[in-house]
Amino acid sequence: MSQTHRKEGGLIDQDKTLTFTFNGQILRGYEGDTLASALLANNKRLVGRSFKYHRPRGIVTVGSEEPNAIMEIGSGAHKEPNTRATVTQLYNGLEANSQNHRGPLGFDLMAITDFFSPMLSAGFYYKTFMWPKAFWEKIYEPAIRNSAGLGILSKEPDPDTYDKGFRYCDILIIGTGASGLSAALTAASSGAKVILADEDFLMGGRLNSGTAKVNDIKGSEWAKSAVEKLSAMDNVTLMSDTTIFGVYDHGIYGALENRSSESRADSKKPRQVNWRIYAKRSILCAGAIERSIAFGNNDRPGIMLAGAVRAYINRFAVATGNKVSVYTNNDDGWQTAKDLRSKGVKVVAVIDSRSISPVMGIQGAEIFMGTDVVDTKGRRALKSIKLSNGKSIDTDSLAVSGGWNPNLHLTCHHRGIPKWNEEIASFIPDESTPPGMSVAGRAKGTMALSDAMKEGHDLGASVASDLGYEAADLKAASTPSVAYHVVANWGVPSGKNRAWVDFQNDVTAKDVRLANQEGFKSVEHVKRYTTLGMATDQGKTANVLGIGIMAENMGQTMEETGTTIFRPPYSPVAVGAFAGRRRGMEFYPTRYTPSHKWSEEQGAVFVEVGMWYRSQWFPQPGETHWRQSVDREVLKTRASVGICDVTTLGKIDIKGSDVSEFLNKVYVNAFAKLPVGKTRYGLMLREDGMAMDDGTTARLAEDHFVMTTTTANAVSVYRHLQFCHQVLWPDLDVHMISVTEQYAQYAVAGPNSRNLLQKIVDPEHDISNEAFPFMGAGAITVCGGIPARLFRISFSGELAYEIAVPTRYGDALMRAMMEAGEEFDVVPYGTEALGVMRIEKGHAAGPELNGQTSAHDLGMGGMVSGKKDFIGYKLGQREELLRNDRMQMVGFKPVNKDDLVEKGHSMAGSHLLGLREEATTHNDQGWISSSIYSPMLGCYIGLGFIKDGLNRKGEFVRAVDLVRNSDIEVEICSPHFYDPEGGRLRV
Amino acid sequence: MIINHPLLGPRDSEEFVYLGSTDLINRPTNWEEEASAEDFYQYQYIRENIAGDHQELWYHEQGDQSWLVVTRNTLTHEIKKVELAQDVSRAMGRGK
Repeated sequence: MSQTHRKEGGLIDQDKTLTFTFNGQILRGYEGDTLASALLANNKRLVGRSFKYHRPRGIVTVGSEEPNAIMEIGSGAHKEPNTRATVTQLYNGLEANSQNHRGPLGFDLMAITDFFSPMLSAGFYYKTFMWPKAFWEKIYEPAIRNSAGLGILSKEPDPDTYDKGFRYCDILIIGTGASGLSAALTAASSGAKVILADEDFLMGGRLNSGTAKVNDIKGSEWAKSAVEKLSAMDNVTLMSDTTIFGVYDHGIYGALENRSSESRADSKKPRQVNWRIYAKRSILCAGAIERSIAFGNNDRPGIMLAGAVRAYINRFAVATGNKVSVYTNNDDGWQTAKDLRSKGVKVVAVIDSRSISPVMGIQGAEIFMGTDVVDTKGRRALKSIKLSNGKSIDTDSLAVSGGWNPNLHLTCHHRGIPKWNEEIASFIPDESTPPGMSVAGRAKGTMALSDAMKEGHDLGASVASDLGYEAADLKAASTPSVAYHVVANWGVPSGKNRAWVDFQNDVTAKDVRLANQEGFKSVEHVKRYTTLGMATDQGKTANVLGIGIMAENMGQTMEETGTTIFRPPYSPVAVGAFAGRRRGMEFYPTRYTPSHKWSEEQGAVFVEVGMWYRSQWFPQPGETHWRQSVDREVLKTRASVGICDVTTLGKIDIKGSDVSEFLNKVYVNAFAKLPVGKTRYGLMLREDGMAMDDGTTARLAEDHFVMTTTTANAVSVYRHLQFCHQVLWPDLDVHMISVTEQYAQYAVAGPNSRNLLQKIVDPEHDISNEAFPFMGAGAITVCGGIPARLFRISFSGELAYEIAVPTRYGDALMRAMMEAGEEFDVVPYGTEALGVMRIEKGHAAGPELNGQTSAHDLGMGGMVSGKKDFIGYKLGQREELLRNDRMQMVGFKPVNKDDLVEKGHSMAGSHLLGLREEATTHNDQGWISSSIYSPMLGCYIGLGFIKDGLNRKGEFVRAVDLVRNSDIEVEICSPHFYDPEGGRLRV
Repeated sequence: MIINHPLLGPRDSEEFVYLGSTDLINRPTNWEEEASAEDFYQYQYIRENIAGDHQELWYHEQGDQSWLVVTRNTLTHEIKKVELAQDVSRAMGRGK
């Protein structure tokens, strides 16, 4: 099909034809078109169905404020719903589909909702569907959700790439229309670093849409030459197709750059870049957005804003109809009629609601002054309009101008409240713009082009001067002065016919009046009750009109009525752009332990632990279930020797003459007298008395200590220590640094651990039981001079060591130890076996240190010193925290050893109940926090919390798991299941 | 937000971790007295909810690991002053 509505010229390349589809139909447009202009060129007027009533709708605007023409672009996983056709640059192969209709667009089965519209007025959610109550969730809500709505997601992972970027400048200029370019020319001439951003892919703003002359050449030509001049300057960065979507604190601006054309050619390139721009100052030159007038049936396809009609004919060489009429309340509407005429488009009528003399003559058009449009006809496209004087006019395109609203969206992002300006009958920014932001041109309410350009010109120089730059003595561009006169017209009584205010959310003038009638008097309440301005366009074309109707209805002024404000983002931003590259495995950095490569070679199964990947277990040939691997690793470690990578534990190196005093302040137990060459277990509390973390600290020299923390709290404990030092006790001679990643550390556990280590520790270091007893610590060398630290500590309960070497030797040490251990049948073990052995020994870990447990609850009350002040001491002594009927940590073992063995799951998560009590919340006595199968005891065991647990050992209760449907009898016991005397540690 | 670090110059607030009011500097020292329970309770839990200039602790975790005292207006986010917490703490009489 040919482009029936295309004319000659325009800022498009009519030699470059592009092919696209709309609802499956193949259509053609030109390079430089938007999807909207190409659709209009092909006489596609019906492009979608409205949100609530499924009314036929067409394109209304030419920019990002578009409420109607939102579409699904692309197909399959690439499909993006709710895309505005007016800002989508046309490309070869573009697939567009209209949304929100069932069946074909021209015959939407859901259009029946329009007949029920009396039921669906403002607040219908709160009034209807109230009864019967049970129907809401099952019938009403799904039905409403199904019928109302926007586009449909592909529900597949987004195959496109998104990126983030950072830019810095002295002056950010937002908008590249007449005032923006004028500001840029003077600002850039000063040498200041300038970034120029515009949401359009073609810079020039409304100069591209009009016929105004600048410096005696076409405005669009002047804009083009200004852009060329600016792009040749080193201190200027031009960002077209880039929307400044948010103004954040201290000169930080969010900018979304669209790079779709690049990413279509190369899928590895980002489709969008989310820039963070740091600007010392900004100049907002975002222009103005036109508003409609509320008259009966003002939403038919073919009824558009007058400025948009003008842009389509001038910039895109597209006539929006064959018989166009104009309805305006201001001078600017006449310009549309004039431009259409000069392009040879027939203008049938100009209707002006003002009772003044005609602004100009329009050849061939009937002129009606002091007249309004009151109704329209045409189901799927406009056919005729009816005037207040009773006359009917046949027309297929009505250009409406209700006046222009300064585009002050971004000035509101720090709660700036716009103020009413009677002269232009709109809101303008007041002094409460975000710090550092200045406004020029129509965005400020300066409507005449010549004044707007002069304002931009002067502001560019003065902002540069504020920053210490001096602008060159440039002459402001000259343009004929054209006055702008407007008389507010919010609409005319439309009787039964609905007059639309917010097209995207289907809000009518009647809805606004109804809200007032029902007692909603504040503009903020009316907004929320009617949903006016709450759609994805944030009511860019609707809000001022709605407020005008409300003011008129309530008999008050616009000042009294006030306005709602805008918030980021200026226009919708895809979640993918905020995520950037942080998706899937790139969500956060992947950290591997030093033995990772070796473990991979062994076929280890890995598990994410905090930010780390750790070996979970090491399957051997013939093992078909993880339990087989884990049981073997435990049994062999306890029988001979096993090795586990424990690098992920936090390690903090602390030096200074006051470290022991410092440790005394952060641990519950005493550290002042810890001798050199010894290590000690320590428990840290939060100031509120709850357990925060535990670990060991070794004293390597008089003034040198090494602390370990749990893997999960490595970062927060270090932060806490820095707080304690810098904020609470700044004069203590303490210096610390996290060395978690600087040392590879391995646990070597089991009766043969010393025999193994003796083979790699250099002979001058005596590690015999006498020379290096339990809880010994010291610097040694291994494998012929490699520096290492050895700690005789045990998490497994066996004779055990932890050995640390600089990370670069970690892989080599693992291999050396495995080789040395061959004669002892050494086994590597993973986090599961580590967990089994710690539960067998009754050591508390993450599930027990859950932020709600005190030292007393954990059975460590005896460790708490009463002779010193430490973080958490005083509040930990509160009566409530010392009560015995608190949940206390104890062990649990099944009365019948075979329980759960066949089911194959542990007691973890089970709740504890009395023997004959019903499983209700009321009877709940506690829970199992950690549970595993113990190969040493031959049954499942668990750690858990139960009221007064420490005094109830030997008592029987039930462990009930309603999720996995198990209910077994267990005995409350000591948490130390294995070698409770600790004899194995000290051999 | 941008925090003007006294040693490192302007840094994005993303690099920092927020803690709370500088009330946390005034940790009671009278722990041996029976009555100090109330002081510690006040210290741990009771805060003014300030609408205006608020002195607060920020930690430069992705930077030099210094704790800072930032004076920030809670209504406008304007930052009027940034100091090293160590200096503030000393000036308030804290030492060892």
